[in-house]
Amino acid sequence: MSGDGLLVAVDSRVHRVPAQVKLVALFVFVLAVVSTPAPVFWAFGLYAAMLVAAVVVAKLPVHVVSRRLAVETPFIVFALLLPFVATGPRIDVLGLELSQSGVLGAWNVLAKGTLGVVAAILLSATTAPRDLLAGLERLRLPATLVAILSFMIRYLSVVSDDLHRMRIARESRGYAGGRVGHLKAVAGGVGGLFVRSFERGERVHLAMRSRGYTGRMPLLSQAGAVRSQWLEGLTISLLAVLIAVMARVVGL
Amino acid sequence: MSGPAIHVERLVFAYPDGRQALFGVDFTVEHGERVALLGPNGAGKTTLVLHLNGILGSVAGGTGSGGIQIGGTGLHREHLAVIRRKVGLVFQDPDDQLFMPTVRDDVAFGPANLGLRGAELDERVHEALVQVGMQDHADLAPHHLSFGQRRRVAVATVLAMRPEVLVLDEPSSNLDPAARRELADILSELDVTLLMITHDLPYALQLCERSLLMDDGRIVADGKTRDLLGDAELMSAHRLELPYGFDPLSVSGPER
Repeated sequence: MSGDGLLVAVDSRVHRVPAQVKLVALFVFVLAVVSTPAPVFWAFGLYAAMLVAAVVVAKLPVHVVSRRLAVETPFIVFALLLPFVATGPRIDVLGLELSQSGVLGAWNVLAKGTLGVVAAILLSATTAPRDLLAGLERLRLPATLVAILSFMIRYLSVVSDDLHRMRIARESRGYAGGRVGHLKAVAGGVGGLFVRSFERGERVHLAMRSRGYTGRMPLLSQAGAVRSQWLEGLTISLLAVLIAVMARVVGL
Repeated sequence: MSGPAIHVERLVFAYPDGRQALFGVDFTVEHGERVALLGPNGAGKTTLVLHLNGILGSVAGGTGSGGIQIGGTGLHREHLAVIRRKVGLVFQDPDDQLFMPTVRDDVAFGPANLGLRGAELDERVHEALVQVGMQDHADLAPHHLSFGQRRRVAVATVLAMRPEVLVLDEPSSNLDPAARRELADILSELDVTLLMITHDLPYALQLCERSLLMDDGRIVADGKTRDLLGDAELMSAHRLELPYGFDPLSVSGPER
């Protein structure tokens, strides 16, 4: 994981789309999906089909996408609980008495959540962290926020290495506290880690000032995206908006 | 280019917590000289070095007195940008120095702050990376490099600003012998004034003809590296020890 973030390093049409286009595409796609009424099942089918097509074009291995879908687990648990706890008219499914609005609610969470997560996986797996930062910068995200994100990406591996070393040091001195004792040690370790990271921050700031930093980070990005790249990148999102509008107009 | 590369006069400094680190430091380094700054831990070496580009000291709003001139330019608040371009500081931990997403961005950080843009900036970055032999790694993230490679990139980030004085804090620490030798090859090829803090005494002898010995916030000896390392009494009085079996009189140094 300490590699190039979540990037799957293959060359594909999706990988070559500029990062800012992909960011806008993701945002528009998610908005379209979220604004689609839950009972319009065919719309969600179309969304899913388009995403699958994009995953295939991006040459992403299926097992990578399915493994990363695991981040959705808490939402799935919540969604599966809904039919049992919601109130209202009841329906009978496989001998279980479930709430009708609960079933629809669960479908709503599951479908929209999964589509959003797959779209986000598509973005993160086809864009290197640095390109993502450059894209955010081109989209006029404040420079300070881009700098904070960039430091986070850079120092995540350094800090996690620190944490790893502290755990090894603890365990090699025979530490074997119970569950509570372990939590206590971890809390102490996090405090130490915070102090260490704070000191590192000071040193990094010194290093930046030594090289003439006066409060403005140099720009990361080079060229902007041309019209054809915007069109290519936004194809799926624009289709999704069209579907969402149709789902609203045509109704059930 | 008038005046010596570094001229430090009666430099005194105390940290905000009251601990005094420098008690009147005087020394001069001429252009093109290579000087090692030796001394035990806590002698004030790093504190002194952080004064040379105005990170610490009265210019930075701290408590202290004394004067510093770099290439004839006095260290005052209005000259800070010029001084920081002239003095390139390489920190001990390359992870502190390399903070951008890729090697290329990092080496470009200094020159970009100097106002370079476009092709000129790319050229400067390439030139600095070639100087340390890292031009093939420009697009990698710093955490994908070995420690020795990161140290070399850290040197490149400073070289890209074309400094007149290169100041290194423990350049050979944590390097394996091959990386240590590679760095020595690079440093000895550079055409700059060099000031190098080190505990690695053979390294000091190999690269620097002259040495300053610092202890308790003062310069206690200033002379040829070989003479200093050969003075057993001086060495033991300031907690300096040569590696086992190393005789400073028996190896060749940079002097001609």
